[in-house]
Amino acid sequence: MQYAIIVYETPAELAAREDPARAGSYWAAYTAYSNALVQAGVAAGGAGLQSPSMATTVRLRGGTRQVQDGPFADTKELLGGIFMINVADLDAALEWAARCPAATTGSVEVRPMLPPPPNV
Amino acid sequence: MTTPDGEANREAIHAVELAARTSYGRLVALLAARSRDLSAAEDALSEAFVQALQQWPTQGVPSSPDAWLMSVARRRLLDAQRHDAVQARTLPALTHTQTELLALGSDVPNAERVLPDRRLELLFACAHPAIDVSIRTPLMLQAALGLEAVDIAGVFLTAPATMAQRLVRAKRKIRDAGVPLERPSPEELPARLEAVLEAIYAAFGTGWDAADGSDVLRADLADEAIFLARVVVDALPGEPEAAGLLSLMLYCQSRKAARRSDDGAYVPLSMQRVTDWNTAMIADAESLLLAAARVGRPGRFQLEAAIQSAHIARARSQRQGDRDNGVAIVALYDGLLQFAPTVGALVGRAAAIGEAYGAAAGLQAADEMAGLVDASVLHVYQPWWALRAHLLQRLAHKDASLTHDARTARVRAAGLTQDAAVRAYLLRED
Repeated sequence: MQYAIIVYETPAELAAREDPARAGSYWAAYTAYSNALVQAGVAAGGAGLQSPSMATTVRLRGGTRQVQDGPFADTKELLGGIFMINVADLDAALEWAARCPAATTGSVEVRPMLPPPPNV
Repeated sequence: MTTPDGEANREAIHAVELAARTSYGRLVALLAARSRDLSAAEDALSEAFVQALQQWPTQGVPSSPDAWLMSVARRRLLDAQRHDAVQARTLPALTHTQTELLALGSDVPNAERVLPDRRLELLFACAHPAIDVSIRTPLMLQAALGLEAVDIAGVFLTAPATMAQRLVRAKRKIRDAGVPLERPSPEELPARLEAVLEAIYAAFGTGWDAADGSDVLRADLADEAIFLARVVVDALPGEPEAAGLLSLMLYCQSRKAARRSDDGAYVPLSMQRVTDWNTAMIADAESLLLAAARVGRPGRFQLEAAIQSAHIARARSQRQGDRDNGVAIVALYDGLLQFAPTVGALVGRAAAIGEAYGAAAGLQAADEMAGLVDASVLHVYQPWWALRAHLLQRLAHKDASLTHDARTARVRAAGLTQDAAVRAYLLRED
């Protein structure tokens, strides 16, 4: 089954990306994790996202377009990226989620993926 | 501001908490002894705890909290079954319950009466062959210790709803299939006891340090597992494997504090400060293992405990290169593999070979595991990668061409760990 491993990081964790003292170990941890996914043959795609400060949010309300700097809402945990995996069952997916570096500080959500929409 | 009421309230709440911690399994085992209905027993007991929280602060803590809880829970159980019996219009269930209550003795709490301990019987039911292996440990943790499904789910990395559902199903099976809450016959005992011990060990997690940077301590219910093993050892003092399991877990737990530095960093076995080990626990483990060995019936857990004992003796004597001890550890692993040919034991053996006969021999043993263990298991087994990284690193000191392989294995081990401290240790800059 295909699952999305959705990575939520704390602001402090995300800040490690820009912190020269911590960036090395931050990226090394994610590189090791995504390598492990690939080498175990379970990786099925994914994407890392830049910092939420780079985000712009768009809403259309009553014919008016609203454009906002930053993410949709202020939260303690911010979407950092997503890994797609192909494993036998939820137990296996949770095992991989627990290995994700964000599991220690932020949180990692596991969701079954919807099948692709039919071709029209 | 402390009012007398506040004081009494705190005291009462403390008494309820204490009873919940120390007597939960004892009471469930008694309540479900005849009916085999664990869910009903747990429900009745939790209602008794609620009532205790309401009454003890105003009426005082009874002189025998256990007997009080037992009496209330039994009444609740009877009410529930009477209700069910009336609804189903069947009397046998009601008569059955009344017989059961008579068998349990007077309904009037007697402060001096000591409640019989039937927790071992409860554990035997939880690890009955009719119960699926994967749910035995959660079932024990809930029935004997009162752990909530959501907490158990966390330990075993299962969705809480799924765990709750599996627990309900297993309890229904005990009730409906008539799984007895009894000690098995002497002929059956060895095999049945093995199942109980394995289920307890699963709560503990695999506990040895196979190699620097291996992440094998996953379940964090060490104290609970030790508690359950003590229940078994107390009830069956002559069983060497029960003592062996308790000894093994005490050895592992004795080094718990030494596994992390003051700032939370991972400390491999070879670097641990011997003074950080819990000597009382080690002494307890030693005497248990010694007594077990005298019975003359070796087994998996005694051998694992003996391996721990040898590691500790080795580190204590500060003779890291002691070849004799190293060879003895390899022999103990060979013995262990006769009883329990697990991936963990194979990795431990390869690590021991690396210590006794050199890194090249250890690496060869690790690589030979590919022929013994399914690749889909081995290639995601973190301790195997940590061991390979450790051995390759040692070899790379003489043969620089192995540096790349060592690094690859180290990154792989880091990618597979669930432990932030282990990850940081493996990804450290040399």
